[in-house]
Amino acid sequence: MAYKHYILVCGGVECDSNKGDDLFRKLIHAVEHRGLMADIQVVKSGCFGFCAVGPVVKILPDETFYVEVTPEDAEEIVEAHIVKGKPVERLRYREEESKVNVRIKDLSFYQKQFRIVLRNCGAINPEEITEYIARDGYLALEKVLFEMTPDDVIEEMKKSGLRGRGGAGFPTWRKWEFSRVVDEKQKYVVCNADEGDPGAYMDRSVLEGDPHSVLESMAIAGHTVGANQGYIYIRAEYPLAIDRLNRAIDQAKELGLLGDNILGTDFSFDIELRLGAGAFVCGEETALLASVEGKRGMPVPRPPFPAVKGLWGKPTVINNVETWANIPVIITRGGDWFAKIGTEGSTGTKVFALTGRIQNSGLVEVPMGTTLRDIIYNIGGGVPGGKKFKAVQTGGPSGGVITEEYLDTPIDYDQLGKLGSIMGSGGMIIMDESDCMVDVSKFYLEFTVDESCGKCAPCRIGGKTLFNILDKISKGNGEMEDIAKMKRIGHAMQRVSLCGLGQTAPNPILSTLRYFGEEYRQHIEEKKCPAGKCKSLISYEIIEDKCIGCGVCARACPVGCISGERRMPHLINQVECIKCGECYNVCKFNAVAVG
Amino acid sequence: MAKLTREDLQKLRADKKKEMDMSDPLKKEVQITIGMGTSGIASGARETFEAFQEEIKEHDLKHVILKSSGGIGLDHAEPTVEVQMAGMPAVIYGQVTPAIAGKIVRKHILGKALVNAHVYDRPAIDIVREWGKA
Repeated sequence: MAYKHYILVCGGVECDSNKGDDLFRKLIHAVEHRGLMADIQVVKSGCFGFCAVGPVVKILPDETFYVEVTPEDAEEIVEAHIVKGKPVERLRYREEESKVNVRIKDLSFYQKQFRIVLRNCGAINPEEITEYIARDGYLALEKVLFEMTPDDVIEEMKKSGLRGRGGAGFPTWRKWEFSRVVDEKQKYVVCNADEGDPGAYMDRSVLEGDPHSVLESMAIAGHTVGANQGYIYIRAEYPLAIDRLNRAIDQAKELGLLGDNILGTDFSFDIELRLGAGAFVCGEETALLASVEGKRGMPVPRPPFPAVKGLWGKPTVINNVETWANIPVIITRGGDWFAKIGTEGSTGTKVFALTGRIQNSGLVEVPMGTTLRDIIYNIGGGVPGGKKFKAVQTGGPSGGVITEEYLDTPIDYDQLGKLGSIMGSGGMIIMDESDCMVDVSKFYLEFTVDESCGKCAPCRIGGKTLFNILDKISKGNGEMEDIAKMKRIGHAMQRVSLCGLGQTAPNPILSTLRYFGEEYRQHIEEKKCPAGKCKSLISYEIIEDKCIGCGVCARACPVGCISGERRMPHLINQVECIKCGECYNVCKFNAVAVG
Repeated sequence: MAKLTREDLQKLRADKKKEMDMSDPLKKEVQITIGMGTSGIASGARETFEAFQEEIKEHDLKHVILKSSGGIGLDHAEPTVEVQMAGMPAVIYGQVTPAIAGKIVRKHILGKALVNAHVYDRPAIDIVREWGKA
């Protein structure tokens, strides 16, 4: 027979080191002691996040969530909660008074995530259209076709306050309205699935897990603005997403949810895929449209905006995958409902991809206005391995870093801008003390230099020059005036580059200079890399007193530059050393020093 | 299938909704959903899927439905699997290797007990299901 209650004790790494094991044993003891083994199962679970208030305990099926539980609380939990049916109030998680303007009832629960965009990811089989339909799929399209006028749809979108999730945050309803009012027979709808920021993969996940939500929204936009053709521009590196999209389009056509006379009405709408070769610049909408037309993906100055003059010169509504995925919910639940989530200027939720030095990497979807601290610590579980948090990079190559002291800022489009970063597509790379800010900037500049289309000089030449200066600094040849020079070039690029790629390319440098100027100075004046990343500035040395001569490092060294007799201190040949750090990693006696 | 009218679509939705509703305590079927997004597959979700298939065959469990979905976003815990059955809380398991898949079938589905050390927290409430109740 099944148990009546399940007690889950978080068994994350942090909690294990934090009395989790003892608590687990005490809970089992408390259960056995009362002879309740047949009614209650105590199990260890994966990390719940909330490591700062760990260990945490969750009781199923009633979903009670306890925090900061000590082994001494085990008896009380079993006795009061399970035997007497009275939850232990003092241990219950309470939402701290939050500055965040979360005005939604559903969130009073301990969970920090609220999933609109990812609502179907993991819940439905994406290759089976009926599963999408069962979860209110194509209900919004139904509503739009039979119960709403295009004006109503625009009004609902306006009320929702939805802003483009691709990065810039332009109000979606205005784009649609611009296209709608143009008197033109042929119009287009385009989905930007050219996700290119390093570390961002929410669009791929939505397309792989819930492709119909994008198709349905595009049809809604088509009906609203008067377009009969849609294109999804997706990178060829996403084969699974492409496959699932193709199946979804076929199934929708078969059921008459795409194609001619949708649901028996006179509205017809078709969608085709266009595969991109993975050029970052094609995420910029004018370059993307050029690429859809079969031309080389290069941006053109705006205005005219694509909403008025886009694909083949015709009005084109172009939105990003995540933006599209919100729309069926806005239509079925209403713009007012949506506008209650998030902050005044940034409504709804945002999906972030947590990567880097973080315990629980993955996709999280939170209401706008959630703090970075909540995302990184309560959901992400913090930095693993006892290392110290250093910064979080948001917005990819167009964004910047945010440091510890700003972790309590509620994040939305405007707040991130004030901190010198951007929302971008939602990549969030967590960095700890072993990450070097000069190195990080160099990584992003290398990326943007690679991806620059080369059409305009500020981006083409400015980017390369910035990269060269960073390279020089990381090799120990920097001069203090290089910093001023980088700022000058960066500001010029921001002002005069043709498109977003060049305008934002200096952001990683400017923002790391703002928060980590001292680290740049150390690289330049002291020729030191405090994080131990810049190879030209570090050396590995064996500390004689600590070395026991076990020879592990010598065996691990890929270039064989460590020598020494057994049981005698070893020596690294600095000329041959390639600074890979293997000796440092394998030494069990901390006898290898990085300097 | 033929092209749908609005009424057809509404009927299809209602029927399928009933079929997919796992909250009915009298429901005989057990549903195992495996996250097969790129990150799940990269962590071995296909092997896990096959392991479930074999295990189901071996125990001749005709009432167990195995299905694949996109990723749920718990990338650190991939492959992830959700098990839904009457009389047990719906549970998400993480780091489900083929060996753990076997354990889930034997312990969770046949033995009605949770598998230790692999239970993960559901990241958020299911808004679609919540509306259904309202």
